[in-house]
Amino acid sequence: MPGAIYAEALVKTFGDVRALDGVDLDVPEGTVLGLLGPNGAGKTTTVRVLTTLLRPDSGRAVVAGIDVLKHPNQVRHSIGLSGQFAAVDEYLTGRENLRMVGQLYQMSGRAARARADELLERFNLAEAADRTAKTYSGGMRRRLDLAAALVVRPPVMFMDEPTTGLDPRNRQALWDVIEELVAGGTTLLLTTQYLEEADRLAHDICVVDHGRVIARGTSDQLKARTGGERVEVVVHAREHITTAREVLTGLGRGETTVEEHTRKLTVPVQGGAKLLAEVIRELDLRGIEIDDIGLRRPTLDDVFISLTGHAAQLTGEGADGAGPPQAGGRGDALMEKEAAQ
Amino acid sequence: MTTTSPATGLTAPRPRGGIVGSAKDSLVIARRNLLRMSRIPEVIVFGLVQPVMFVVLFSYVFGGSIAVGGSTSPQAYREFLMAGIFAQTVTFATAGAGAGIADDMHKGLIDRFRSLPMARGAVLTGRTLADLVQTTLTLVVLAVVALLVGWRTHTSLVEVLAGFALLLLLGYAFSWIGALIGLSVRTPEAATSGGLIWLFPLTFISNAFVPSENMPPFLRTIAEWNPFSATVQAARVLFGNLPEGYPVPDAWPMQHPVVASVLWSVLIIVGFRTLAVRKYRSANA
Repeated sequence: MPGAIYAEALVKTFGDVRALDGVDLDVPEGTVLGLLGPNGAGKTTTVRVLTTLLRPDSGRAVVAGIDVLKHPNQVRHSIGLSGQFAAVDEYLTGRENLRMVGQLYQMSGRAARARADELLERFNLAEAADRTAKTYSGGMRRRLDLAAALVVRPPVMFMDEPTTGLDPRNRQALWDVIEELVAGGTTLLLTTQYLEEADRLAHDICVVDHGRVIARGTSDQLKARTGGERVEVVVHAREHITTAREVLTGLGRGETTVEEHTRKLTVPVQGGAKLLAEVIRELDLRGIEIDDIGLRRPTLDDVFISLTGHAAQLTGEGADGAGPPQAGGRGDALMEKEAAQ
Repeated sequence: MTTTSPATGLTAPRPRGGIVGSAKDSLVIARRNLLRMSRIPEVIVFGLVQPVMFVVLFSYVFGGSIAVGGSTSPQAYREFLMAGIFAQTVTFATAGAGAGIADDMHKGLIDRFRSLPMARGAVLTGRTLADLVQTTLTLVVLAVVALLVGWRTHTSLVEVLAGFALLLLLGYAFSWIGALIGLSVRTPEAATSGGLIWLFPLTFISNAFVPSENMPPFLRTIAEWNPFSATVQAARVLFGNLPEGYPVPDAWPMQHPVVASVLWSVLIIVGFRTLAVRKYRSANA
């Protein structure tokens, strides 16, 4: 039996751009899947297909046990969507926004009002409930948007880059909310460019690039794939590099790489802290002064670079230059929109 | 494949179908748009400036120079003019609907609505209904200004109200054109200008400001068959504002302006509503 979110061979092209090039997903009920990838990788397109907003050229998708292509309107009863941009009406108050969404889910006026009050309280918006959303901070708008997605307590949630553009404090707060939600049994598909976010929230991670899933597994599995731990040493004097290299190669499990100008040496190792102590003793014995030493575990960043050959984090103003050529500065939604014209 | 809903155990509400559901959803959206409008009253105020300016400028600048029905009296022109300005004003609903819907697309609200189990046409119907309310308010203010500068009707109240009803029907029809424009462009700014530019040739190549009889034959034919002209002519007839001796053109819509006005408006609504709803269903913001 397929999971709460299931996709098989999804393909979607916009003109010459193959936004989705055979995406398969299977998210067991009650778990979180992190869809990780740079701008233009196909994350948003995947979410749009699964939330009935976009018809794929081919493939199959089942959400909450319902075929997305055959019964889109039934699917809409069982999903909540929180998109890349906080989709709230800025000229309505927080309360009015939530009541409207409740009524559009066909709740009675009274039920919609009660649910709105409940959500405002839970998302710490009660005080601002009767102010227009225009006066809200970015974090408040995100919370309101998320509240709107939760009006009918959907069993399946989709969140497209939920924390993009938030400051660290608000990001942390939103993560707490998401974790609480998942603890309550909601199945969640989350897209993100932040490896840290996927690491923290997702049970399973799919790395996507150019419309394909290029790797999947738990965070630990993906890290293990990239290779294990490494010892990094920065020696004090340049003339010690050669000796230090001999020491590291002797104790490590592979080639030692050297960055001459930073006097940094790196070697893959096995044995963790114990081996680190050994390295320190050995270097000390030979009278090599060290500025810095550490055991480094691979981050998802390393995973991403080793899988795709480019870094994942393309956020901020510098995004345009660093990304794949078709990626726009505002994320793949924009890119795909342009391609669709 | 099962169709049971996992997890929370909350039963999904029954899908709302048919006309009742669609009407309910449309009213929720209309209410939302009216709330919005009430919070940005500038939009309504600025929407009034141009038509009021036109009423005053045309009445006093052109009145006396333009002959209608052989008379160059300023009063005759003022009465002739008003139906034209009323009609031009209602067509500006196009830009409002277009900009509003483009803005909703841009802000991701259309995506939110499309992910909800609501009636497909309701977002657009709600918007056009809210615009109709706004157009009605504008028309009331404008009629008062027109009365102040000397516009008078010479028919029964029922006929006058029927004249206004035709004008509003035209405005409602044009807001569907605006809805389609709003769904087709990428920014609210483009929707505003895209919703306005074509209105100038449309409203000027017509009988709205000057009689079409003095136009070159080619323009004259366009003016006489222009849907906009039919409503202007119908309103003039219903207001009793056609000057004595005004030569009514032989073209069928000018001979039967009330019927032509209704037909054109209904045709525009049916055609553009179909196109706009289809576009909405596949909207890709």
